[in-house]
Amino acid sequence: MESGKRLLREMVRIRCVEEVLADLYRDEQEMRTPTHFSIGQEAVAVGVCAAAGPDDVAYCGHRSHGPYLAKGGDLRAMVAELYGKATGCAGGRGGSVHLTSPDTGFIGATAILAESISLAVGAGWAFALEGAPRVAITFFGDGAAEEGAFHEALNFAATQRAPVLFVCENNGYSISSPLRARQPYGTTIWERARGYGMASRQLDGNDVFAVHAAAREAVEWCRDGRGPYFLELRTYRWREHVGPNWDYDEGYRTKAELDSWMERCPIKVAAAGLSAAHPDIDEEVAGWRREFRQEVLDAVTAAKADPFPAVADLLQGAYES
Amino acid sequence: MRKLKYREAIGEATVQCMKADPRIVLAGQNVDDHKGGHGTTTDAFRVFGPSRVLDIPNSENAVAGIAVGAASMGMRPLVVHARADFMFLAMDGLINLAAKWRYMYGDKGGVPVVMRGIVGRGWGQGATHSQNLHSVFGHFPGLYVATPASPADAKGLLVSALRNETPVVLLENRGLYEIEGEVPENPEPVPFGKGRIVRTGSDVTIVAASLMVQEAERAAGLLAEQAISAEVVDVRSIRPLDEAIICTSVAKTGRLVVADTSWARYGLAAEVAAVVAENVHGALLGPVRRVTLPDSPAPVSWPLEEAFHPNARTIAAACLDVLGGDPTLPMREMTDITAGFVGPY
Repeated sequence: MESGKRLLREMVRIRCVEEVLADLYRDEQEMRTPTHFSIGQEAVAVGVCAAAGPDDVAYCGHRSHGPYLAKGGDLRAMVAELYGKATGCAGGRGGSVHLTSPDTGFIGATAILAESISLAVGAGWAFALEGAPRVAITFFGDGAAEEGAFHEALNFAATQRAPVLFVCENNGYSISSPLRARQPYGTTIWERARGYGMASRQLDGNDVFAVHAAAREAVEWCRDGRGPYFLELRTYRWREHVGPNWDYDEGYRTKAELDSWMERCPIKVAAAGLSAAHPDIDEEVAGWRREFRQEVLDAVTAAKADPFPAVADLLQGAYES
Repeated sequence: MRKLKYREAIGEATVQCMKADPRIVLAGQNVDDHKGGHGTTTDAFRVFGPSRVLDIPNSENAVAGIAVGAASMGMRPLVVHARADFMFLAMDGLINLAAKWRYMYGDKGGVPVVMRGIVGRGWGQGATHSQNLHSVFGHFPGLYVATPASPADAKGLLVSALRNETPVVLLENRGLYEIEGEVPENPEPVPFGKGRIVRTGSDVTIVAASLMVQEAERAAGLLAEQAISAEVVDVRSIRPLDEAIICTSVAKTGRLVVADTSWARYGLAAEVAAVVAENVHGALLGPVRRVTLPDSPAPVSWPLEEAFHPNARTIAAACLDVLGGDPTLPMREMTDITAGFVGPY
């Protein structure tokens, strides 16, 4: 499959997974873990992870499903984790915000803002010390850019010329607080990164082809030993901050704003971009949707049949056994 | 056996472990300068240079996470904090990431980060440069926390820390840095969770940590002059805590005094008292006494500072008290352990 279609297909997969899980989350009340859906933001994870190599690693914040799946994390292990099962990717100890798939280079999701930034800088520092041609990627939101650790970690990475790709997924809100309430008017996050002397760009985070092209350039930049690279990708979260529901009528944003971003849905944008070369792309997407819907439903069925962790193993992992 | 100062023992362990394991990297502010972490990092920098002994920016918060990230890729970062009080800024990486990593990611592996914190003592270090944080760190499952009280333990516990898979916090009291003692030349690990009988006795047990172990030993000397036999137990590690050595001693003596370098509330002294109450309460022949800091931040002014820190005489007085003796009994004056210290620090 050609690269463009692969990117679209991966976005469709993540969308299907999250839409199915969100409905079940709401209706069943069996996934007892705070869950942050990334519906509407798929182009970021997909475009960036497709630019990474198998030896490159990723860390991300609490909105973790997209990067986990895009970096090759196993769907069934993720679903089992949400249901708290022993077969979950973290054995039922981590939940939605602590997904992990070290075998595919998704080292971990973190629940405290900006931790994923420090972690990736540490990994990049390790690669620089070893002289390994590997890149560490961190996904975080615009809110994390207000944490002290953001600035400390950027300063460290730039000073050490660590191979770190910073991916700021700017969806405009920290829970319900808009960017303008939190960051000085007339300033941008990507320019702050440039202030630390690193390569930095801002682009449309809903255009998966642009994201992928920029990420490829950034990854190669890092791999070539030219230091860290910063991408601020503008996107939008459709659902509530945490949980499966829509919240456009809660007062902090408008339906018109949501609608304008749904018009720029990353899947819709990518499909439109491919339609000239592939006139039947919409039918193909519809077929993929059926395929992935079944895949996630199968994963749910399997996860439900899986055992919970044994209470006797409650302490397992607190220390090395 | 040859003797080393406490700080020299730390430096020697660092070099020996770094030679044996290329994954160890040492990071801290000014670890490469002429003072070299009070002499604990000088040799490492000379031997391994700036790539493995890194002078880092003033970024305790991010550096804690950076160390965990490096550990998640197979490195073994050893981070030095010239004042332990700055470790409050490192709490997120240390507590929310390092301590929980193995557990919350499903027991796939640990992040063997080691953090050394140097506890200021004396010379007006004051409220924010002399805090003993072992009880703070000791609260959280997933960490090992130790307070070496002798040169041999300063070396042996650091060797253990740099070889094991669990994140470790080592808190070193600056007042111990010039103390000399026998230290094995080879890097012999001292295990976490094993206390040490510093001095055997039969009338009262003094459980102590860090600098208070030295003071407790001297207190035992004072008590011996009054024909009282005190047993001194150095817990060495705060977590895991060697409950057996504490309980065995108290079962023998029937009396317990706990001497700590920090405050009483929710601290090590309270924990030791709880362990005894839970396990050997029947053996107690009298009340437990905690010898700890007064309930205020640390002062600067010289006479206030002298009054602030517990010492051999206050420990000995507490022992007399639990033995039903007269705690106001005159005891000979003793020079403070850190008395030889001169500034600027």
